[in-house]
Amino acid sequence: MRHPAPPPTPPPAPVPARAGSAAVPADGGVPTAAIRARRRDLRWGRGEPGRGEPGRGERGRGGSGSDRRGRARWLRWVAWGVAAGVPLVFLGVFFAYPVLSLVGRGFVTDGALDLSGFGDVFGRDRTWRVVGLTLAQASLGTVLAVVLGVPGAYLLYRTTFRGQGLLRAFVIVPFVLPTVVVGVAFRSVLAPHGPLGFLGWDGTFAGVVAALVFFNYAVVVRTVGGFWAHLDPRTEQAARALGAPPWRAFLAVTLPALTPAIASAAAVVFLFCATAFGVVLVLGGVQYGTVETEIWVQTTQMLDLRAAAVLSVVQVVVVTGVLWAAGSARARRERALALGAPDRVRAVPLALRGPGARWSDRLAAAVTGVVVVVLLGLPLGTVLVRSLRAPDGGWGLANYANLATTGGRNALDVTVWQAAVTSLRTAADATMLAVVVGGLVALVVSRRPRSRAARRSVRVLDALFMLPLGVSAVTVGFGFLISMHDPFGLDLDLRGSTLLIPIAQAVVAVPLVVRTVLPVLRAIDTRLHEAAAVLGAGPARVLAHVDWPVAARSLGLAVGLAFAVSLGEFGATSFLARPDRPTLPVVIFRLIGRPGAENLGMAFAACVLLGAVTALVMAVAERLRSGAAGEF
Amino acid sequence: MTRHIPRRARRAVPTTTALVTAAMLALAGCTAAEDAADDDAPAPGGTATAGTASGTVVLVTHDSFALPDELVAQFEADTGLTLEQRAPGDGGALVNQLILTKDAPLGDVVYGIDNSFATRAIDEGVLEPYTPDGAVAEYAIDDEGYLTAVDMGDVCINVDHEWFAEAGIPEPTSLADLTDPAYKDLLVVTNPATSSPGLAFLAATVGAFGEDGWVDYWAALRENGVKVAAGWSDAYYVDFSGPSSEGDRPLVLSYASSPPYEVPEGATEAPTGALLDTCFRQVEYAGVIAGAANPEGARAVVDWLLSPEVQAAIPENMYMYPVTDVALPESWTQFAPLAPSPVEVDPAELSENRDAWIETWTDTVIG
Repeated sequence: MRHPAPPPTPPPAPVPARAGSAAVPADGGVPTAAIRARRRDLRWGRGEPGRGEPGRGERGRGGSGSDRRGRARWLRWVAWGVAAGVPLVFLGVFFAYPVLSLVGRGFVTDGALDLSGFGDVFGRDRTWRVVGLTLAQASLGTVLAVVLGVPGAYLLYRTTFRGQGLLRAFVIVPFVLPTVVVGVAFRSVLAPHGPLGFLGWDGTFAGVVAALVFFNYAVVVRTVGGFWAHLDPRTEQAARALGAPPWRAFLAVTLPALTPAIASAAAVVFLFCATAFGVVLVLGGVQYGTVETEIWVQTTQMLDLRAAAVLSVVQVVVVTGVLWAAGSARARRERALALGAPDRVRAVPLALRGPGARWSDRLAAAVTGVVVVVLLGLPLGTVLVRSLRAPDGGWGLANYANLATTGGRNALDVTVWQAAVTSLRTAADATMLAVVVGGLVALVVSRRPRSRAARRSVRVLDALFMLPLGVSAVTVGFGFLISMHDPFGLDLDLRGSTLLIPIAQAVVAVPLVVRTVLPVLRAIDTRLHEAAAVLGAGPARVLAHVDWPVAARSLGLAVGLAFAVSLGEFGATSFLARPDRPTLPVVIFRLIGRPGAENLGMAFAACVLLGAVTALVMAVAERLRSGAAGEF
Repeated sequence: MTRHIPRRARRAVPTTTALVTAAMLALAGCTAAEDAADDDAPAPGGTATAGTASGTVVLVTHDSFALPDELVAQFEADTGLTLEQRAPGDGGALVNQLILTKDAPLGDVVYGIDNSFATRAIDEGVLEPYTPDGAVAEYAIDDEGYLTAVDMGDVCINVDHEWFAEAGIPEPTSLADLTDPAYKDLLVVTNPATSSPGLAFLAATVGAFGEDGWVDYWAALRENGVKVAAGWSDAYYVDFSGPSSEGDRPLVLSYASSPPYEVPEGATEAPTGALLDTCFRQVEYAGVIAGAANPEGARAVVDWLLSPEVQAAIPENMYMYPVTDVALPESWTQFAPLAPSPVEVDPAELSENRDAWIETWTDTVIG
């Protein structure tokens, strides 16, 4: 159910060229970006005053009296309070409160706190096995996704070739497809009679890991690629000029520079892998159960809330640990970014043959070719091919024509097109919410306040908003049902409200919006803020004229991502669905749960429709961003 | 990314972004507004006065629920009620959610509790007795009338006739046959911990071989190469060799109602069939939820579910058999007979032991 049909992750950010150029004079034409970066690093490291504390601008504005300054300061705190408060309230009401309500029930027996569940659950061998398997699966899935994804990022974002745009849109598709259909497609490939049956991976650990990589490959490619596209190549060129062989220059210069993006991508992938549900179940069965599938079984089938609560705590602890580790890796590196101005960062044509052929290009093309054709291509091809097999055994578009019907002998209440419209509308609502909330979070988290405590709270805020990716959809979904009848004692039953579905989807989309917008905002040279303030701009004007123009350009991608996540979301949605108004993934789930070639064919056709809509949305979002990057 | 873009195009970008954002706003705005309008209908039972059925009645059901719009519209026109549906998960999740929300019920009436969860629901006190006219006593689960049987289905092993004809092996007929080495590696079933037909089949084996025998039976099945899939969809569509499937196993756990859907148009013989001696009967019930805001409306819904119109619509919409005596679709009478004597297990025993059986099963079969 939580079948992460979630999306691709956030490509980090370009440094605005304009911002860059404004800053250049201050550096007095220092030769290499690396040195410039190091200097910045040192300055930041000391926490020297002058880094962009929110709105410190008015200091330079020369206020005409202390009361005015006092008011300005007060206003500033109110404004930042609201900016941080709105998302916190949203997360609190629609995530923390439901989750804690459910987990709380597991720890309260007859009105008294009862923690005996921990002893019981940890006394079972199965628990340890499940925790071990979760970690093993998620770690292996993450490592493989990174190892395979980095060459893909290079190929798709650092070189140019014909058909690149198509390929970029293609790799994103697996991310949003419903696991139940992909599970069937994936198993068709791996089953003994399938094209990869000789591997013997059906129902094995290897099969599960392969599927996890399938779903999350795009996260790495996009996150790392988006960042790499703007990395100043001159440092690596310098290393080469000094005699380092290409591999050494890559390992010593480029790879370390990519660390923040890789850490960011790895964290997100790990969260998705650790909470994968449908794919683990379909491909691995209970023998490869994870904490997530165990929570699902205990909650929905056994109603053992005590065990489920303990497992939820385990899940949160693991997830928090991973976020903390990734956050540290990011923080150590993020400030040393050497992002180049666009005239220096130019993707080069792919060179596979001829005198200019590069080994790096060949390697990247070979790895990516295998991934795209085998790992992504076989299952997706299976979906496409089977969508074209008409119920009568022939080939054609019969299944697509059937999308206007309610399924083989009425398997559905609505036609697939109606469901698609519901999906689009729900996703629009969810996107709105996610972009507003996520945008505010990114804005607040992008500040680098002077005081250590404030810096720490900013980091905690950053991690908090990643949590929804790491907590079981079952816990959130069941939590909604037991807490939303009178949220905080208000006489308001939200459980049947159609608004709850977009809200649940937005909770999942917010972290991705944050990860998309945040790096862009962080990359703005704070001296720009200072310069604007010195010139007399108030904090609001600084935001409007410095941050907004830059952030607006990443908005296209953020909107696209949030939209894609919402379209594919099936975890929490499945607990809140209204049968008379189902979304596309819900309809697909129903179709594939019915016998007959007609229903199966429609399920595959609907799946292709969902994939195509997603690819289209992402392609449009990408265009907006490309344009933006071009302007920098 | 760094593709060269003409200056004019570059300027257009923020504008386009703004336009897209504005369009999203508009779309979202009207969506929310429309939904709000939809929800303007009186809150669940809020305006219902005792003794009359009016206002909104909330039906809580499982994720397989489906009835034609026209039937719902007719019901609303006849009763003056507005029917709101919620489907928070599969059959098991449904019952567990009702239990969790006992103090603030999810709705007024529930449909879709099956015989493996029925006793748990009754014991937990989430239901209120109501026996409609025309209730079918044969499937009654308790004496007080907490639950009313609405439809039923047989979970049976399905067989791919063509495969056996080609292989020249006689088809198995009984549960015991499935452990015969002649049928090694031919069967795929689903996991009782994650799939409701899987649980039904586990119950069938307990019913057939008794508390003392079923574990050995499963050990023998395992020896004989039974494959366990997580859910019905991948067992049926990936492992089964039937016409709409791609697999290599000619025996699959499915329903007695599945074969008609494999029959090509105009054919007189079904390519697959159900082994009627391997069936477990699932019965699905409806009931009034305790503490319902609109109990009158809830009763009206239970009555409606037993009406000839809904009963007649059940086979084609929900793939189950009606409990009352209404005409079945022609393809069903032809290709989907019910088992004459399905394996029986006392529902109370089933509810009570289900979790333990699943655990033992997991240890035996999955290891």
